[in-house]
Amino acid sequence: MIGTFGALFATRWMGIAAGPGAIHTGITLVLILLAAAIVAMAASGLTAVLLERIAYRPLRRRGAGRLSALISAIGASLFLQETFALWQGRNLVPFPRLMEKRVLFHVFNAEIRNDQLLVIIAALVMMVVLDRFVRKTRLGRGVRAVAQSSETATLMGVNIDRVVTLTFLLGGLMAGAAGLLWVVYLENTGYNIGFLLGIKAFTAAVMGGIGNLRGALLGGLALGLIENYGAAIWGAEWKDVIAFSLLLIVLMFRPTGLLGESLTAARA
Amino acid sequence: MNRAASRALEPLRWLGTQRSRLREGARGRVVTWSESLPPWARTRRARQSGRWVVRLAVVAFFYALPSMKLPLLNTPQSDFATVLFFPVGIYVLLAMGLNVVVGQAGLLDLGYVAFFAIGAYSMAILGTDIGPQWTFPMILPLAIAIAMVAGVILGTPTLRLRGDYLAIVTLGFGEIVRIVAVNTDSIGGPRGISGIPHPPSIGGIRFGLLDPKPYYWLLLTLIIVAILLLRRLERSRVGRAWTAIREDEDAAALMGVPVFKFKLWAFAIGAGFGGLGGTLYASKVIFINPNTFTVILSILILSAVVLGGSGNLAGVIVGAVVIAYLPERFRNFEEYRVLVFGAALVVMMIFRPQGLIPSRRRAAELETGSAAGGLGALGAEVVGETTAPAPASSRSGGADG
Repeated sequence: MIGTFGALFATRWMGIAAGPGAIHTGITLVLILLAAAIVAMAASGLTAVLLERIAYRPLRRRGAGRLSALISAIGASLFLQETFALWQGRNLVPFPRLMEKRVLFHVFNAEIRNDQLLVIIAALVMMVVLDRFVRKTRLGRGVRAVAQSSETATLMGVNIDRVVTLTFLLGGLMAGAAGLLWVVYLENTGYNIGFLLGIKAFTAAVMGGIGNLRGALLGGLALGLIENYGAAIWGAEWKDVIAFSLLLIVLMFRPTGLLGESLTAARA
Repeated sequence: MNRAASRALEPLRWLGTQRSRLREGARGRVVTWSESLPPWARTRRARQSGRWVVRLAVVAFFYALPSMKLPLLNTPQSDFATVLFFPVGIYVLLAMGLNVVVGQAGLLDLGYVAFFAIGAYSMAILGTDIGPQWTFPMILPLAIAIAMVAGVILGTPTLRLRGDYLAIVTLGFGEIVRIVAVNTDSIGGPRGISGIPHPPSIGGIRFGLLDPKPYYWLLLTLIIVAILLLRRLERSRVGRAWTAIREDEDAAALMGVPVFKFKLWAFAIGAGFGGLGGTLYASKVIFINPNTFTVILSILILSAVVLGGSGNLAGVIVGAVVIAYLPERFRNFEEYRVLVFGAALVVMMIFRPQGLIPSRRRAAELETGSAAGGLGALGAEVVGETTAPAPASSRSGGADG
């Protein structure tokens, strides 16, 4: 939600208004998108870090339980949503069309538009970068260590505060980028678009196996595909029912998710 | 003088000795509370009957509450008695039910509203011309049973899951129930069901559309019965089994607690309370639609449980009253209600994560700082200095919503 508004404000600052004048091509378009992406990611990442500072760190310091963290997260989420509802109104806010949308090529009978291609490529790039980061870098190792056992990680000299801040920053940055893609593709935003999306993201992560990035990608892909195929068969109003029933079925037979590691069972 | 007469005179004698006792207290000797009582009040039976007097007074106060015109407590923007029934009373009932699931058994249920919806829809379907047009007293036990069965149906496949997984699955279940209600035209679809019958009159008390007091009294009576039941349950073998499961499921299983069975019971009992609340709600408002039963309600009830003090009945009731009452009281600031509510949740969790009135057992755990781990981590108690953060995916999901 904050990412989408970040992108919206970025385009406003650049003086882009809705209408045919907003459509750009070539280098200008790339630059505009990049600028919007930077603003969106910065806004969302910064919010995430602030959130960690205000709503999580004090709890972690006190050693409060998980339920408290959840309630705190819900509170913070309500606060942010309402801030934007009061500030930007409760109706959907339109986003100017930045690029001319045209069909690039066909895969079987499916039309692939340029903005859809952009979303897919961006998702893949982000996925690869994140996967590399968590697997190869020193900080990524720290993240994994904290996830397995925060106490042991602390004993081994991992700065847990820094690692957690970093994960929030990363999550925020990714969400910000996703926000830009959202507005480019759907061309509107609102104060409450993030709620169902957040639940779906969690669903996808659980389905794929929490703590496994590739699982999350697989889960997201499977969820999106099955949801839409199901919607085609039973009607769009059953979309969410299909998604959650699928989750139920997956967890019944594979309680750790599709690609879940045994680690998750021990931790959950 | 025989013994009975001497005992009867004792209060008088006691009054006579009070001045010197007070002087003694003022001189600095610490007088404990039980010492300050007269000797005849120090016996166990007297203490108990004293407690009962206080309890009866409290109960009487609550029965009289909607008739009293209290200047500060009332809700200027809406009818006080109505507010007392919904949201306050219903929230209390639901929070008590959810407390069994979350506070006692330590199962994180984010779809509790589903059982409320099932109760309400049972009442609506069975009471109107969609169904057999039964009356309220016939439907009430049936609706509770249906909700409990729904709890078992949801619980059987999902209770093997733990923590985050259970939370998301129950959340999904709550949404499924709501969306099914929206999409099924034979039960009104998004328009809902209207014309749900009121309960029949009891004695001189008529359950009508205009006077909310009888509903409040009925609800209050049921809440009191529920409190008595739950307190007994808490101290029974079942309650102890729940505590064991909450603290460490694996250890409980090793000690011979039939974990799955008791988890299922917790779910079913919690669901039964949801169904009861739903039935009462539907027969009071006579019109329901799926919009009443959104995730937000589940979250509010969970907040009430955690805010008040997860696992402690009194705390949970206070939490529910606070969550339900404050927004109604401050309707002048309607625009900022949710904003303030969100901020308040965060502040509350930072400064008092154990809740307003934490359960004594948990408070003791907090002081000893036992590094419990396991599912105990779901509750509000300490889990060592550095609790493992939930995976980043879940965090950012909640944060950016």
